[in-house]
Amino acid sequence: MECLLEVEGLQTAQLGPLDLCLQPGELVQISGASGSGKSLLLRALADLDPGSGAVRLAGQDRGDIAPPEWRRQVAYVPAETAWWAPRVAEHLPAGWERGQALAWLERMSLPDEALGWEIERLSSGERQRLGLLRALLNRPRVLLLDEPTANLDLENTRRIERAVRSYLAEAGAGALWVSHDTLQRSRLGGRILEIQGGRFAR
Amino acid sequence: MTVISLSAWDLALAALLVVALAGLTLWARLGVGRSLLIAGVRTVLQLLLVGLVLQTLFDHAQLSWVALMALVMLAVAGYEVMARQERRFAGIWGYGIGAATMFLSAFVVTVLALTTMVGPTPWWEPQYAIPLLGMLLGNTMTGIALGLDRLTHTVWRERRVIEGRLALGETWISATATMRREAARSGLMPTINAMAAAGVVSLPGMMTGQILAGVPPVEAVKYQILIMFLVAGGTGFGALGAVWLASKRLFDQRSRLRLDRLRPGRRG
Repeated sequence: MECLLEVEGLQTAQLGPLDLCLQPGELVQISGASGSGKSLLLRALADLDPGSGAVRLAGQDRGDIAPPEWRRQVAYVPAETAWWAPRVAEHLPAGWERGQALAWLERMSLPDEALGWEIERLSSGERQRLGLLRALLNRPRVLLLDEPTANLDLENTRRIERAVRSYLAEAGAGALWVSHDTLQRSRLGGRILEIQGGRFAR
Repeated sequence: MTVISLSAWDLALAALLVVALAGLTLWARLGVGRSLLIAGVRTVLQLLLVGLVLQTLFDHAQLSWVALMALVMLAVAGYEVMARQERRFAGIWGYGIGAATMFLSAFVVTVLALTTMVGPTPWWEPQYAIPLLGMLLGNTMTGIALGLDRLTHTVWRERRVIEGRLALGETWISATATMRREAARSGLMPTINAMAAAGVVSLPGMMTGQILAGVPPVEAVKYQILIMFLVAGGTGFGALGAVWLASKRLFDQRSRLRLDRLRPGRRG
């Protein structure tokens, strides 16, 4: 089967060389001690850090895809999401559709009014869910999730897990999920890749 | 009307003021007495030196000498812009962005003013060319330094926001729009403030000088208006150009934010 996201000899200042093949619909977990390079891997795949090597999306070379388009397709959701305007709706990507946004809000157990909420008043759990939501509105083919449930209680954690799972199944998308939680690891299942010193451990 | 020539004794009397101030700050332990005296001595030496240079230049008016003087002034101004940055660009860019935009703005505006508005013969007549260029360089230097410093400062502080917006598929241009606008504004504000306050809050230095030298006030005012417009144009275009060039340099061809291209500066 052809890889959805294919990485060959990816190397940055602190990473690699790394090889990876993510299949459509697959969720791969990334584990490793802090400072081992998990976030750097996600950043490098989102084309936020310079590096060498080949990265392909459904067979198409990264260099042939304009950077904004690449980052919409290969969506990086950092552990700490950034906000720059007063209200939630101002942070949604260009061309977002209301119906889609409301559907995601429901799946993440947030009310419709959440789009008008002030950023200042969001809890860290709400920030995390809305940070994932705005990335999903771009309909990405690959999700790069850096501890997306770190600030959530178990109930909301499981909602996020289910939402991501169902998105992968519906859209045929793939995901790399960085997690520290061993219980979550067994719930998520699938392949687990461990990073040590910037490279995948055997 | 003739100019009253100042004697060494007149200057010494004025210097007493600075010495007295230094004594007071020493007594009050403000810790600036020494630097005040050194700055006073520097003022005397630097201005005497530049006076001699200008006198020589006026006596031997040649385009090559005027051009050399202009290049030295540009080189020093370029260094000043770089030295005023909390974070400056690594390598030649640290010097190049400021020097290149000053060359384009201050030089072009000076040549434009000399050839079309003031119109001395020859057009590079040092008595007009050097003071005009000096005033333009001095002001564009401040505007460009302020604009660049504000830009690198905010981009550094807001790097998570910029990368968050890039990650959602924005271009670097839209991800930095507010920061670039803010930087351009801070480069322009001193000039706008100076124009707004001219003649009401303060009498501009050049006009004051001309009046002291016996020029009729209305003539002095006309020159001052000309200078202010030239300075506004030069500083504005220079600051906008520098902010744009620097923003471009902060991103690479794949629109990645490249803060590794910045180095801590003198204050950083």
